[in-house]
Amino acid sequence: MSTPVTLSPPRRLVDVTVDGREVRVPEGATILEACEALGTEVPTLCYGDTLTPRNACRVCVVEVEGARTLVPACSRKVEESMAVKTDSERVRHSRKMVLELLGSSVDLSTTPNVPEWMDRYEARPERFGPRAEPAPLGERDARHAGEHEPGDGAVAATVEQPAKVDNDLYVRDYGKCIMCYKCVDACGEQWQNTFAIGIAGRGFDARVSTEHDLALPDSACVYCGNCIEVCPTGALSFRTEYEMRAEGTWDEDRQTRTTTVCTYCGVGCNVTLHVQDNEIVKVTSPHDNPVTHGNLCIKGRFGFQHVQHRRQD
Amino acid sequence: MDLHFLDAVPDDTEREAVDSVLGPPESGWDGGLRQASDLRFAEGGHAARGRRDLLLPALHAVNDRVGWISPAALDYICRRLTVPPAEAYGVASFYAMFALKERPRRVVHVCTDIACAARGSDSLCAAMTERVGPPGTGDGDLVWHESPCLGMCERAPAALSLEAGDPPRYAVAAPARPGDLVTGAGSPPGTGAPHPAAESAPAAPAEAAPASPNGSGPHPGTGSPNGHRPRRTTTFSPDTLPGPAPEPPPAAAVPQAGDPGLVLLRRIGVVDPESLDDYRANGGYAALRAALAMGPSAVIREVTDSGLVGRGGAAFPTGRKWEGTARRPETPRYVVCNADESEPGTFKDRVLMEGDPFAVIEALTIAGYANGAAQGYLYIRGEYPRALSRLENAIAKARGRNLLGRDILGSGFDFDIEIRRGAGAYICGEETAIFNSIEGLRGEPRSKPPFPVERGLFGRPTAINNVETLANVLPIMLMGGPAYAAIGTGRSTGPKLFCVSGAVPRPGVFEVPFGATLRELLELAGLGADAPAPRAVLLGGAAGGFVRGDELDIPLTFEGAREAGATLGSGVVLVLDDSVDLGAILVRIAAFFRDESCGQCVPCRVGTVRQEEALLRLSRGTGTRRTDLALLREVGQAMRDASICGLGQTAWNAVESAIDRLGVFGPDDHPTLKEAR
Repeated sequence: MSTPVTLSPPRRLVDVTVDGREVRVPEGATILEACEALGTEVPTLCYGDTLTPRNACRVCVVEVEGARTLVPACSRKVEESMAVKTDSERVRHSRKMVLELLGSSVDLSTTPNVPEWMDRYEARPERFGPRAEPAPLGERDARHAGEHEPGDGAVAATVEQPAKVDNDLYVRDYGKCIMCYKCVDACGEQWQNTFAIGIAGRGFDARVSTEHDLALPDSACVYCGNCIEVCPTGALSFRTEYEMRAEGTWDEDRQTRTTTVCTYCGVGCNVTLHVQDNEIVKVTSPHDNPVTHGNLCIKGRFGFQHVQHRRQD
Repeated sequence: MDLHFLDAVPDDTEREAVDSVLGPPESGWDGGLRQASDLRFAEGGHAARGRRDLLLPALHAVNDRVGWISPAALDYICRRLTVPPAEAYGVASFYAMFALKERPRRVVHVCTDIACAARGSDSLCAAMTERVGPPGTGDGDLVWHESPCLGMCERAPAALSLEAGDPPRYAVAAPARPGDLVTGAGSPPGTGAPHPAAESAPAAPAEAAPASPNGSGPHPGTGSPNGHRPRRTTTFSPDTLPGPAPEPPPAAAVPQAGDPGLVLLRRIGVVDPESLDDYRANGGYAALRAALAMGPSAVIREVTDSGLVGRGGAAFPTGRKWEGTARRPETPRYVVCNADESEPGTFKDRVLMEGDPFAVIEALTIAGYANGAAQGYLYIRGEYPRALSRLENAIAKARGRNLLGRDILGSGFDFDIEIRRGAGAYICGEETAIFNSIEGLRGEPRSKPPFPVERGLFGRPTAINNVETLANVLPIMLMGGPAYAAIGTGRSTGPKLFCVSGAVPRPGVFEVPFGATLRELLELAGLGADAPAPRAVLLGGAAGGFVRGDELDIPLTFEGAREAGATLGSGVVLVLDDSVDLGAILVRIAAFFRDESCGQCVPCRVGTVRQEEALLRLSRGTGTRRTDLALLREVGQAMRDASICGLGQTAWNAVESAIDRLGVFGPDDHPTLKEAR
């Protein structure tokens, strides 16, 4: 039996130019999709293939002829005869600065692709000076909107703080958070409808938070782990991954990925088991799967210990 | 939606405060006592969530009454509105005026923004620290905070005291002395100086009664489509807090008051702002009658012919905006008055709202008529208690006389206005952030397109105009578009308000036709022709730019300012003399943008921090000048190019102009981007 194919009404095609090359894409497509159709690579961080774009990180900005400012490729829809430049001086400058601003304020060590982009755009986050000491745990969560300590400019402020380890399943390491809003959207109305987390505070002190900064077990969290699935930086990770990284034993090159069907219930979700040294170390779900679209429940995501529970005698 | 609540129980005061806005709960499903019958049905879903826009009023109710929002109170609000607690916490923690930790009932906001900093707010803060403790701490009776611009720049330095209670009270001290701010804390209500408003109209219960109990308004007996009705006509007590001298009347901020040649300021100081009769006796509501006689499309035509452009800073043609909204097929459509005037140095909208509040209401009614809207929202910043009281009074009186409500003046046109109070967030003056704030979301700007005329408030076509822009609609209705267009210059038509503050003998709001020069304006403000040229003038506010004292011949028109590489912005003219430390002013501007960034996009969220750090180094002489100037330019360019909204896009303007035009940090060799790398 084949997967049902949803037919949408026929769409008009529009002609756009990307870096001088013409491409014809369906009406309503984004600039990013037009770029992909041409094989033009556009870096993205906050863009999520299963979520409505928030265009918050601004690393995908491109120049559209006639527009006063640069526009985010991930969310701006194409228009007839739109002329886009993805590698102009202005674009390169903004991308470089976004990478530098992020790199100087966030721990990007577990964010894929960043070293390569830093290199391509000649970004040097260390230009802003030595990094400030990480904030004590909970200090950032207690900050009042509209106020900050002025400092003297000697160090560059960061969002770094100790990781929040308050349950056995996953770890929130907000020193790595770039505020892409994807976990909030996945937890909220776009997928899970649990609404355990939101954005609190504002400005540089904005942070992902439960109400009153409650620990996860006291919050509405149902441990579906869909927030981990969409996190682009590793700010949210499996407890297993977090601990193995701390021990220095995490090694993706030695891991195999096997996609199979979850056995807990009859829905038929696909799970991808990440296995290192014959142990399941984490579970993801294929985003292009029509059943899950990358989402799982607590059992599919975290209920794997019984598989590797071996008798110790 | 299966929401997870805390088990905290609100106390009676908190519960009463919330119920005063939302009405009593109907069942155990929305926070009431759980009864057996509640088990036989389920409630929630879209209908319950449809009241999400009452989140901000409910948060205000608790904060006003108790002084802070406890976890139990927040939880109760969430149950009442079916809002997830994590989201409500995100909203409450977005606004500077809400406290989520217990604090004293009295909060003193001391303005440290540009105009007040130039007029000695430092010593005020030092005195407060000495008497009360550092900002954010209290002695049990009161707590004080440094505040962004309070909009009282003409009598800087300013301070605002707010005291929680039922009703809450406030007092304004400007110019403020340290003694004004700490006396009288904890005193019982009614012991203070009478509010000036109280003299002319003590609550006026008869006139302020609901328009009609049986639903002669568009939303029977209510001010809002979802049943929101404040308990009292005015939020704040008419008795101000004891201590500071009584607040001067609004006309004190208008040195030209009484001049018969004035158009927008003509009634300020002339009419009693609390009296509808007085307003009508001075030409009030003639413009609405004229508009109703000519029909909506003719109103839009007159506005288009007038050449009126928005006065909030962006200068978009008002007629085009209205035409775009009115033409949309979707209904309902909304009109919104942007009264969230928070640009440092700007106070013209406050003076208009305090001195001529019925004019704002009348103009918004005309906007509603022209755009085919039955509901208007007036979003006013939380730092303007007197303007809020005056507008609340004006709306209640207009309802009582069928100037709002159903079938206005027998025309068949239904329209009502609801006031929404901001809670301390400059970003909420951005047109799309206002929509989010009204809808009960965090005040983050939305990406444009789609523009408000297509998808604005509640996803519907919305025309949003600044207070001063709306004030111009009245003379346009009365004199006709072409006659209005004859005032001013070719592209900049009509009269324009400027907020002159700083080192001038007569600071205040001035009305001049477009085309006057900066020098002429400053002469009106008492800067004689033989006075020494000021060191610098900040034109257009923190999002505008500095011009030098020898550039006073700049014509005050949109095109003239642009030609001179400046902007009129929101009409700020802040004059700085040699006594001012410009480096410190720039650091304050940077701190302002850092505090007020919503934090949504990276260029603004982190860029404003890096900008402040570089300016701190430059103004203190630490670090390397050339490197820091290059960093500022690079960060500034990215903020301008890649930020989501105007806040980030303009955060670098004033600093750049100070470096380039004033040479604040010495001569700069303008390294290009390539060199700086």
